[in-house]
Amino acid sequence: MTTLPASTGKKLGLVIDLDTCVGCHACATSCKEWNSGGYAAPLTDQDPYGVDPHGTWLNRVHAFEAGEGTASRTVNFPRSCLHCDEPDCVTVCPTGASYKRAEDGIVLVNPETCIGCKLCSWACPYGAREYDYGHGVMKKCTLCVDRIYNSEILAEDRIPACVRACPTGARHFGDLGDPESAVSELVAARGGFDLLPEFGMRPVNKYLPPRARRDAGAEPPPVVAMPRPSDDGGGQSPASAAPAVERLFAWIDEMLSR
Amino acid sequence: MHPAYSVILFTTASGAGYGLLVWLGFGRLLRLLPLTATFTCAAFGLALALITAGLCSSLAHLGRPERAWRALSQWRSSWLSREGVMALATYVPAGLLALSSLWFDGVGPLTEALALLTVAAALLTLFTTGMIYASLRTIRQWHQPLTVPVLIALGLASGAVLNNLVLALLTGTPRWAAWAAIVSLAAAGILKWAYWRTIDGELRSHTVEAATGLGRFGKVRPLEPPHTEPNYIMREMGYRVARKHVTTLRQLVGVLAVAVPLALSLLSLLPALALMAAALAAASMAVGVVIERWLFFAEAEHVVMLYYGADVA
Amino acid sequence: MRAASEPDIALSVSPADEIKTTTCYMCACRCGIRVFLKDGKVRYIEGNRDHPVNRGVLCGKGSAGIMQHYSPARLTTPLLRVGPRGAGDFKAISWDEALALASQWLGDVRRSDPRKLAFFTGRDQSQALTSWWAMQFGTPNFAAHGGFCSVNMAAAGLYTFGGSFWEFGETDWPHTRYFMLWGVAEDHASNPLKIELGKLKQRGVKVVSVNPVRTGYSAIADEWIGIKPGTDGLFAGALVHELLRTHQVDVDYLRRYSNAGWLVIRDPGAADDGLFARDASGKPLAYDTRAGALRSALDPELAPAFSGSFELADRRQAVPVFQLLAERFLAPTYAPERVAAETGVPASSIRRIAAELASAAFAEPVVLDVPWTDWAGRRHDKMLGRPVGMHAMRGISAHANGFHTCRILHVLQILLGSIDCPGGFRYKTPYPKQTPPTLKPRGKPGEVKPMQALMGPHLGFPTGPEDLLVDAAGKPQRIDKAYSWEAPFAAHGLMHTVIANAALGDPYPIDVLFLYMANIGWNSAMNLPATLAHLSAKDAAGDYKIPKIIYSDAYFSETVAYADLILPDTTYLERWDCISLLDRPISEPDAPADAIRQPVVAPDRDVRPFQSVLIDLGARLRLPGFANDDGSPKYPGGYADYIVNHQRRPGIGPLAGHRGNGGGDWGRGEPNPRQLEQYIADGCVHVHRLPDALKYFKHANREFIDWAVDMGFRITPTPVIFQLYSEPMQKMRLAARGHGSVLPPQAQRQRIDTYFDPLPFWYPPFENAAAERDFPLHAITQRPMAMYHSWGSQNAWLRQIHAANRLYLNAARAAELGLNDDDWVAISSRTGSIKAQVKLMQGVNADTVWTWNAIGKRAGAWSLDARAPEATRGFLLNHLIADLEPERPDGYRYSNSDPVTGQAAWYDLRVRVEKIGADAVKETSPQFAPLPMPPSAGTPGADR
Ligand SMILES: Nc1nc2c(c(=O)[nH]1)N[C@H]1C(S)=C(S)[C@@H](COP(=O)(O)OP(=O)(O)OC[C@H]3O[C@@H](n4cnc5c(=O)[nH]c(N)nc54)[C@H](O)[C@@H]3O)O[C@H]1N2
Ligand SMILES: Nc1nc2c(c(=O)[nH]1)N[C@H]1C(S)=C(S)[C@@H](COP(=O)(O)OP(=O)(O)OC[C@H]3O[C@@H](n4cnc5c(=O)[nH]c(N)nc54)[C@H](O)[C@@H]3O)O[C@H]1N2
Ligand code: SF4
Ligand code: SF4
Ligand code: SF4
Ligand code: SF4
Ligand code: SF4
Ligand SMILES: [Mo]
Repeated sequence: MTTLPASTGKKLGLVIDLDTCVGCHACATSCKEWNSGGYAAPLTDQDPYGVDPHGTWLNRVHAFEAGEGTASRTVNFPRSCLHCDEPDCVTVCPTGASYKRAEDGIVLVNPETCIGCKLCSWACPYGAREYDYGHGVMKKCTLCVDRIYNSEILAEDRIPACVRACPTGARHFGDLGDPESAVSELVAARGGFDLLPEFGMRPVNKYLPPRARRDAGAEPPPVVAMPRPSDDGGGQSPASAAPAVERLFAWIDEMLSR
Repeated sequence: MHPAYSVILFTTASGAGYGLLVWLGFGRLLRLLPLTATFTCAAFGLALALITAGLCSSLAHLGRPERAWRALSQWRSSWLSREGVMALATYVPAGLLALSSLWFDGVGPLTEALALLTVAAALLTLFTTGMIYASLRTIRQWHQPLTVPVLIALGLASGAVLNNLVLALLTGTPRWAAWAAIVSLAAAGILKWAYWRTIDGELRSHTVEAATGLGRFGKVRPLEPPHTEPNYIMREMGYRVARKHVTTLRQLVGVLAVAVPLALSLLSLLPALALMAAALAAASMAVGVVIERWLFFAEAEHVVMLYYGADVA
Repeated sequence: MRAASEPDIALSVSPADEIKTTTCYMCACRCGIRVFLKDGKVRYIEGNRDHPVNRGVLCGKGSAGIMQHYSPARLTTPLLRVGPRGAGDFKAISWDEALALASQWLGDVRRSDPRKLAFFTGRDQSQALTSWWAMQFGTPNFAAHGGFCSVNMAAAGLYTFGGSFWEFGETDWPHTRYFMLWGVAEDHASNPLKIELGKLKQRGVKVVSVNPVRTGYSAIADEWIGIKPGTDGLFAGALVHELLRTHQVDVDYLRRYSNAGWLVIRDPGAADDGLFARDASGKPLAYDTRAGALRSALDPELAPAFSGSFELADRRQAVPVFQLLAERFLAPTYAPERVAAETGVPASSIRRIAAELASAAFAEPVVLDVPWTDWAGRRHDKMLGRPVGMHAMRGISAHANGFHTCRILHVLQILLGSIDCPGGFRYKTPYPKQTPPTLKPRGKPGEVKPMQALMGPHLGFPTGPEDLLVDAAGKPQRIDKAYSWEAPFAAHGLMHTVIANAALGDPYPIDVLFLYMANIGWNSAMNLPATLAHLSAKDAAGDYKIPKIIYSDAYFSETVAYADLILPDTTYLERWDCISLLDRPISEPDAPADAIRQPVVAPDRDVRPFQSVLIDLGARLRLPGFANDDGSPKYPGGYADYIVNHQRRPGIGPLAGHRGNGGGDWGRGEPNPRQLEQYIADGCVHVHRLPDALKYFKHANREFIDWAVDMGFRITPTPVIFQLYSEPMQKMRLAARGHGSVLPPQAQRQRIDTYFDPLPFWYPPFENAAAERDFPLHAITQRPMAMYHSWGSQNAWLRQIHAANRLYLNAARAAELGLNDDDWVAISSRTGSIKAQVKLMQGVNADTVWTWNAIGKRAGAWSLDARAPEATRGFLLNHLIADLEPERPDGYRYSNSDPVTGQAAWYDLRVRVEKIGADAVKETSPQFAPLPMPPSAGTPGADR
């Protein structure tokens, strides 16, 4: 149903840590792999071995650079559906194929009723919807709805495929509607943010910002006073004009004669 | 946005069809139209044929055209659904109006009511079509107060040009039809010009920094795309037309969709030239509106391109 | 709570009829996987949570395994070349024909001169088998790909501390408090590194990445050091300088575990100058400050002098190693201010990082309440650790100064006291080995005879000139010139030289080149155009200079086109494999481990697992070890049979787990017929956890050493003593100075004398010489995380991520060169010129350009369209990377390799970048004639 539920029981979604993501694409290919045989199946590829290979993916990993020169940063940036609370992609849909689940807030496309008009993909600011040229319907992240409640797979595997695969642990899954949930706490602690908040679609997924660097700006730690045989006043050799080598040997001798 | 030919054809043809219906409805209401079967068949036939051709062409845009009927269900929230409903609904009063013109040879209250309904339905259909675009917040060039008026005005103008042509063909030069064309063309021209001024003058408020949340580190630039060949998003939303082409094309629209048909419509006031001028006006208009529709897509920038290299949108 | 209007969707569809575990082989990391099978097809692959390598996660490549398995580039039948080499014309033949032909070719060689077979393997994960086979065949010409990969790292580590980075060790992740990455993009520990980096970030441990390029791991590092390529030795040397200058070194650790106190003879000109002073029994000597006398340096109770000059019994003087080391690194050459310009690292950063390292190591040592016994039998009630972790890879080793640079890194670790301690860098079983391991290379003159096996493994660790494989004139004995004066410590061979040497008949011509799993006719070739020319070069009589080439590949790679006989392999999901402790280990520091692959689906083509084919060939050739005395095959059941029943030494076989006793024995034990079954029951992996007392200080841990001897991992129960000063190197140097009976040819002496410095030092990469003006930029490659060398391009998913590549360059430098994003440029080196498209970025050293490795493909290869982006917008730097150094005055050309180990110096490449004319064709060049598809290849698996 195209109209949005007044409220959803839960707000299931992902939290993606831009401080940890190394851009390995595991979340993208594992997503493609699971969904090629799952709810979003098929996910077709066009010209897969030809001159213009492209296909339907529900998750894609970009890399951006921000800032200039040495102060700049490289940030890997996975992007999938944010399961917005008030998404236009649902309300524009003429068929009701695009809908937001009342139970958990997952935004889905019903592949049985979608007519492939593409309007929802025009309405999404996040590029989260990809039209499947081979299947004629719209595809999008399903939040692995066919995993997270799947009694046929192991309980610990009832998480999205991308979260399960992510080698760095940069992806977290949970109920962002529950302020006590681990994901909500993570978002609070790390200053998780919304993409393009000005659209007011109120994304459920959150991004955790890259942490501040600890590089050239950092103060060097003090010289460590190495353990000494007797307490004779710290790590410096007696003031002498001897070259560094001599001072080092003097110090070593002292160290060795404990 | 990628100019989809099915959609361009749809908005051009159906737009003209609904525009024509509006004028036919008015014409009936104000008793300005001949009641001959030839005229009714030709004029209503043309309008409904254009609409039907447009609708068929729009089906080609669908991945699953056989399911198109489903699009009628979500009229409560979806402008596209509303458009579908209205597009089909319009056939009813329009068809009945045509039939009533064939069956009764006068204009009674029933015909008046049907005429009014036809005008309203056709205008509403144009309005819903416009709203599909105007409601998309993701595309600045479409999310404009003038999007709907322009679309309606162009529909009316092309309808009026056709109306003028049919009348010229079948009855000589009805001055009102020519003037309707002149006025609506002028209105469409002014609106489109204002539209262009607006979109050119507007600040682009969405930035790649907001799209990524990385503005805290400075200017954001893409380093690596997620894939090396264009994907659906880039093919659909990444269409860009060069600035210099825009200027030329806009001028072409101004000439072919406004100036030429307007001049020719004026000329069509001269009975000797009426038919030829009206026909040339329609031809010019058709080409002009197709270019205008194409530009409407080509000029539209989708905010999602921020993730694919656009700086602002 | 489904709203009435929502469709009812099936939430619990069973994704599999059956799940089988096996080991991933989308790369060499060897993660455990669970393969979901549905309707007889592979439906899904996920990481095995119980596997020690990946603990459940799966990388971008591993998750695309399905598309590799069903790739249209899979070979389908044995092939015999019918057209000219390189044209790709083949006819399909039967396995009987193929094996008969191969045994005839190989048999002829074995009967006449086994050296005429060169058997080299690339991404081989069954080196325990392939090297054993080559040994039984009797050719000295065997090696895997290590010589072009990272032998600098392996050799420098093994000669210094008996272990290595690469896959031979890893950081003590849970305890470390400071982590430095040196030149790492992916490494073989792909998933483990990612898992642990994620955890370090979570714990707030500072991660420093030294890398000219800021992508991947460097992107998430707390500090990125955008160093100039080839200068890490200078940077690490400056860190050593700073630690010494500020007196922040672990003196106690040095005394216990290193040769810092060993005395080095100072007698310039003498035959033993620079060797260790030894007592009558050959034990090294140190000066005991307490006794005021010379004592065996191996005396555990010694208080050795670290400085001073001491008189030996023969009245000559000797000085401790530490003194020499300190003199070297405290010299102004390594002062931060002096190295700043050359390395591009500001002096202040060098000083700060040195201070941070010291602070992490010494301010808060990690103390574990685990009692242990050292090699001398002394009990310690705690384990004290210096929690500084480091990992280095090819950014360090793929340079002609990589061996020494890597040694400097190890010196740095040793000074910090952070090897195999809590929080430091830890060995993985079977390491540590001796410094170097007690294994000598085989194939000396007289050791190779027709119809005779080689007496031991090919590859080893020379400790003096007498161990080299050279004849009296100093001429190399191996086709790749490994262990010759050109590459004395070539512990992994020099695969990158084989094709050129064979074609040029230098040191001698060969008859059969046998290659396995190496696309050396493309992305692993240095100077690709020359390599292709060598492969198809003919002699005056019109015969190929390399007469016969046998190749086993699973897919239609570029190299297939250059082979005469193709033995098509299965995919990794269709065969048995063995990831053995006798090979490259997957062990954890806490737990030796090995694993298998089991066939999870049956091949649908006429292909056979290469290992079984090799075993079959061994039997046909009646090689000892592969045929019984009556000529019957020893392993009629193929590789699975071999894995279970082969014994290298009594009780020791390919798999350590589930041996005798019904599967109860670990390490040593009788072959167990149910071993594979039991591995499968364990998830195709077996992990043997070490008791706490054995987990650290393995180089000097009595209990560990005794256990390792027991298990056959090492031969002697002696401790591993870190060799800050390397005596084997000094021995080579003495030979270069004319001492001893095995002497380098005159022309090579200067080179040996210079680079066999027993103390590590930094020197500029050779390609730098005279490059500054003509080729001002360094050019390097990086591993893309979502692509494995050449073979990912046939994968319909992975190629969407990387179907083409760009030349990345620093935005500021680009502005100077007048270059913008998307411009097409000519990239030229002293070897040639190619075309590519550029992309500007901030996060790259200003003197460096780079690209992703192995994206460019030859038109038509890999069953891709001849106009595929890989062929039109993809490029390799391999066209530009020289295989040989410029001519010496006497006309000889060394290979472009490290002078110590022969490691290929890929990353020394210097280039010039120029914008090409607007009218030039916007396509990568050079272009080669498109390859036609081989017979019956070219269709994706039925299921896709
Ligand atoms: N995804 C993936 N994983 C792989 C492979 C693959 O093809 N794909 N290949 C496997 C193989 S065979 C190998 S050998 C390993 C190699 O593993 P790595 O050594 O991690 O791989 P390289 O891409 O060679 O990485 C070299 C890194 O060093 C940097 N570098 C280059 N020159 C210098 C230098 O002078 N100093 C410093 N500090 N850094 C430098 C480069 O920018 C790059 O980041 O990866 C293995 N893992
Ligand atoms: N410019 C540049 N060049 C480089 C490097 C670099 O950093 N820069 N890195 C170098 C390094 S470290 C390495 S290790 C080499 C790697 O280069 P190669 O050793 O050539 O590795 P691949 O390209 O992976 O080629 C392996 C071949 O094995 C085949 N193969 C895959 N699976 C199977 C199988 O199951 N069975 C059989 N029989 N064959 C199979 C593949 O189809 C492919 O043809 O590249 C080197 N070349
Ligand atoms: S991200 Fe896009 S597709 Fe997903 S819910 Fe929001 S608007 Fe809809
Ligand atoms: S493409 Fe499908 S889901 Fe999207 S708006 Fe059209 S019908 Fe709805
Ligand atoms: S939640 Fe599932 S569908 Fe969504 S991106 Fe992750 S793997 Fe793909
Ligand atoms: S799997 Fe994890 S680390 Fe890899 S790209 Fe996705 S989020 Fe980043
Ligand atoms: S790192 Fe990836 S490709 Fe390599 S073995 Fe592990 S899962 Fe497979
Ligand atoms: Mo490698």
